Amino acid sequence: MSVNLAGRQTWLFNPAPLLLGTGSVAGKREGEGPLASDFDVIHKDPYLGQKSFEMAEQKFIEEACNLAVRWAGVGRDEINLHFSGDLQNQITSSSFTARSLSIPYFGLFGACSTSVESMQLAALAAAGGGAKLALASSGSHTNAVEKQFRYPNEYGSQKNETTQITVTGAGAAVIAAPDFLPAPPAGQIRITSATVGRIVDLNVTDPFNMGAAMAPAACDTLLTHFKERGVRPDYYDLILTGDLGRVGSNLLVDLLTNAGVFIPEKQLNDAGKMIFSAEPKNLAGGSGCGCMAVTACGHIRREIARGRLQKVLLVATGALLSPLTTQQQESIPGIAHAISWEVF
Amino acid sequence: MSAKPKQTDPSPHSAAAQMQAREREYQQLQQNNQPPQHLLRNCINAFWTGGLICLIAQGVQQLLLSYAGFNEQTVGAPTSAIMIVLAIILTALGVYDRISQFAGAGSAVPITGFANTMSSAAMEYRSEGFVLGVGGNMFKVAGPVIVFGAVSGFVVAIIKVLILELGGAGL
Repeated sequence: MSVNLAGRQTWLFNPAPLLLGTGSVAGKREGEGPLASDFDVIHKDPYLGQKSFEMAEQKFIEEACNLAVRWAGVGRDEINLHFSGDLQNQITSSSFTARSLSIPYFGLFGACSTSVESMQLAALAAAGGGAKLALASSGSHTNAVEKQFRYPNEYGSQKNETTQITVTGAGAAVIAAPDFLPAPPAGQIRITSATVGRIVDLNVTDPFNMGAAMAPAACDTLLTHFKERGVRPDYYDLILTGDLGRVGSNLLVDLLTNAGVFIPEKQLNDAGKMIFSAEPKNLAGGSGCGCMAVTACGHIRREIARGRLQKVLLVATGALLSPLTTQQQESIPGIAHAISWEVF
Repeated sequence: MSAKPKQTDPSPHSAAAQMQAREREYQQLQQNNQPPQHLLRNCINAFWTGGLICLIAQGVQQLLLSYAGFNEQTVGAPTSAIMIVLAIILTALGVYDRISQFAGAGSAVPITGFANTMSSAAMEYRSEGFVLGVGGNMFKVAGPVIVFGAVSGFVVAIIKVLILELGGAGL
């Protein structure tokens, strides 16, 4: 057992579970963005040769899982647990992926925070003795999400500058128990801590401004993490939020400033801002389960391998709304989960 | 906010009052961070693109009048049909939504916009089959337009009849 509870919401892992391998599969728009060279696979065809966008999303997640298992250098049948989530109704893309992988499976829904949520639970299982190897995956598909949450894809509605574009892509990570490798290689990424977020809802009702809905949750989780883990923000080389986009990221900086916390610009970034270029056609940036998943499992993992980063805090944010609650004029509850990747 | 229980303690230190203060403070922050709205630019773009679509339709009408043997009374329907087919082709090619991102109301208000709502929904739900997919969802976006178009037409017609009748009887 190597899990210690710090405060109310934070798990400290010591010895820490290992991030053995990751897989990242991205779509066309992501493949034209600034992080393109750091993805394992880029698919230009939004259908991936399937009959529907939903089936394509499932293929994205499946491919990311298989890549992560291959990078980890383990067999699929050695993996004890699989945590996965997506944005489809009844998270079918994840469950159908689990059908083909046949690894014991938990389905999760944390909206766009699922990427870190699945890694947190996989790390908890690996550190707590519940699994020798655990697989965490999540993904999203822009066309499938537009269809479910907004309008038909080809419908001509003018989107405003606060709207975020759902990322097409999936990421997966294989997380191993701390003692899985007798002698971990130098540069082995370890999962050292996780902070489970609370729902924060400051009465934002605009579904085309999800960055604003999620920023208060990101702020709450960050402040809790610093306090409960007992570290200062500059402990981390990079604090990466999930998908606040340009609007939400600015709000997070303001909220942190109001709370008396200052994080230098180069130590705080957002996957939604990084994944697409800053052209006007990309609006406020990226969002979706796949946003943090492909950025962390593709770009961040490689940045750590290049030695540019040693300590990273990933804070995936989720807007827990549905089209129904939006029409019923409910406000949007936000959540943020944090996990730290470190190289000793 | 009606779902929240009524707070009996009105003191500024109560949890509900604090939450309201946080919400107000956050609204202020959001206003400060609001990206620029480009209202004038959008209006100008909508004006000239909408006008351009109507100009194209006018050209089609002139062609039909000159070469296809239609007269002033019969040319309206085939002109609309041609504009609808053009909009559906642009929708199917994935171009219409890009035009709309630029044009806004300019491409939504003419009949081409209506054709786009129908055809985009029909394309979207093709994967769920012809009857429950295409048939069941084709009016998903266009349905409200038809319903409220018919309702407002009815109301305006009633008002017109009333005014004419009253005017005729009273004066």
